[in-house]
Amino acid sequence: MTEKITMAHGSGGRSGADLMEKVFAKHFSNEVLDRMEDAAVLDISGRAAVSTDSFVVTPHFFKGGDIGKLAVCGTANDLAMMGAVPKYITCGFILEEGLAIEELERIAASMAKAAEDAGVRIVAGDTKVVEGKGGLYINTTGIGIIPEGRNAGAAGCKEGDAIILSGTLGDHHACILSARMGMENDIKSDCAFLGHAVEKIYAAGAEVHAMRDVTRGGLGTILNELAEASGVDMELEESSLPVRPEVRGLCGILGLEPLYMGNEGKMIAVVPEKDAEKALTALKETPEGRDAAIIGRVTGKGEGEVIMNTPLGGSRIVDMLYGEGLPRIC
Amino acid sequence: MRDIKEIIGYLRAYDGPELKFMEVCGTHTAAIFKSGIRSLISPKIHLISGPGCPVCVTPTAYIDRLLEYGRRENHVICSFGDMLKVPGSGCSLSEAKGEGVNVRMIYSPPDVADMAEKERDKTFVMAAVGFETTAPAYALMLKEAKGRGIDNIRLVTALKRVIPALSWICENEEGIDGFICPGHVSTIIGSDIYAPLAERYKKPFVVAGFEAEHLLAAIYDLVRCAEKGEARADNLYTSGVRSEGNLKALALIDEYFETGDAVWRGLGRIPESGYYLREEFAGFDGGSRGLDSDSELPEACRCADVIVGRISPDMCPMFGNACRPETPYGPCMVSAEGACGIWFRNSKGTGKQI
Repeated sequence: MTEKITMAHGSGGRSGADLMEKVFAKHFSNEVLDRMEDAAVLDISGRAAVSTDSFVVTPHFFKGGDIGKLAVCGTANDLAMMGAVPKYITCGFILEEGLAIEELERIAASMAKAAEDAGVRIVAGDTKVVEGKGGLYINTTGIGIIPEGRNAGAAGCKEGDAIILSGTLGDHHACILSARMGMENDIKSDCAFLGHAVEKIYAAGAEVHAMRDVTRGGLGTILNELAEASGVDMELEESSLPVRPEVRGLCGILGLEPLYMGNEGKMIAVVPEKDAEKALTALKETPEGRDAAIIGRVTGKGEGEVIMNTPLGGSRIVDMLYGEGLPRIC
Repeated sequence: MRDIKEIIGYLRAYDGPELKFMEVCGTHTAAIFKSGIRSLISPKIHLISGPGCPVCVTPTAYIDRLLEYGRRENHVICSFGDMLKVPGSGCSLSEAKGEGVNVRMIYSPPDVADMAEKERDKTFVMAAVGFETTAPAYALMLKEAKGRGIDNIRLVTALKRVIPALSWICENEEGIDGFICPGHVSTIIGSDIYAPLAERYKKPFVVAGFEAEHLLAAIYDLVRCAEKGEARADNLYTSGVRSEGNLKALALIDEYFETGDAVWRGLGRIPESGYYLREEFAGFDGGSRGLDSDSELPEACRCADVIVGRISPDMCPMFGNACRPETPYGPCMVSAEGACGIWFRNSKGTGKQI
């Protein structure tokens, strides 16, 4: 019979220690964590970025990823968007009784691999068990170091800047919805760490005014946030927005708009026009950025209006997403 | 047919008498805004939104009825996402969910049959809203339920028919020069059915698809009809709409439903404009016929004027102030295909259009 999580695993007694040993210590082992102290002690110098996020997605496993990979990449990406190099991550698990331990182990293994790929160390963790039906929730907090000279933030967009999108819209959202609705298709989540792509852009010598990962709320919401924070207006070309045909097809059936769908491995980089080609070429050389495109530009100072030029020559205002949109996908 | 560049050129340059066309269907309204068509055509051509969003024409009393069920023990309300935030006289389904009412969002009616089969101890109350497009899906769900011996489903129907509503508008509203007929509904009811309306009311009716090119072609067709004084029914969506409609779907509707008067939010009772379950399926009916009046709209609310295109959404005093997507008073602000919500989102809440 499959071994399941019980309330005893959260008791702090023998079962809890077993779980720690069999699952977390086994997969997360490193010199900081192995000291088993009450807190991790880290040597940090320079400007540090800190970010925290919680992950509640169902199903736990989906094409292209799982909740564990998402929990590491999501938080590491938030650090990378500030120009930081992610260094450390903590993870808190809330497990519902009934969760298969084998499932938890697969998720822990996936987190360990994602952390290794992103170059971050898991330095602290916690587990609680609550009553329920086999659910699992993960909180991760990340710390990254911002190298000298980098100054990316939402408020940095300037007149004339090019807006670069790192790839196709809506893949993660479409993948999760397909899984929940039992629809058979080949749509894969784009769940990925974006830090390597960010480093490529900086290494190419491009100045970066603003970055943001295109997660909940989708591109429409994120660009409104950047435009408002920077006090600028933006203009987008609808025909330049990359969307996979199978995602477009699903959106057509369900009446969804890729502009407001969540991604977990896509970002926006706002760079001075002179550096646009440099940054685009650098992005395109990475697996996460191979479908990157310049999708628009910052037109000038303004109140944060984002205008979409349509393929037939019309235009419209793009607003943020209102309401919850669709079920939770991260 | 001219090519699309010529059509855009013609519509942009149009300088004749002011023209007012109604797109009946909310999906068309959304597509018109999305493709920026309003920014492409002459300001003398006015596009107004009609009552073709099923959520928008659903009376407040309907939400209250659903919640009556929801507050009973072991009852589950099943609804499409768009309906969840529509305010009832007390609260919305979404708010009721926060108070512990069992509300589940569904994507398609067959999901309800599956849930009902698995959880026999509960009664599943389906918020069966929609037009002719959706009615066959409810019929199929019931067929499935009957076949599998599932009896714990009740439909509270607010199913509407488009043709009686169009007749009502033609009888009661002045100054509309033509209609863009709904694309999805027409796949079921066909395009021939508009010819008697065109003849009786001396106005053109054009069935259109949902691509920008389709809609521009339809507007061009309506302008040309107006210029030549022609009143005819055209089908410019031949890839999706047959002249006689979808006979199988129509037969299915007829097998399960009969027509009757229905209440439209803000408009009141329109004769023969609704579908109700036939007597033999009464066991599945959640008392839909009892909904024969609506509660009063909030005092400043102009929903009634918006859904027949008397005013544009930004002319409602509540638009963007008290009534916003986060705090909607009327369903037109809730639905993705409601005129107010579309107008709001395409102006960042200011009402100003490009």
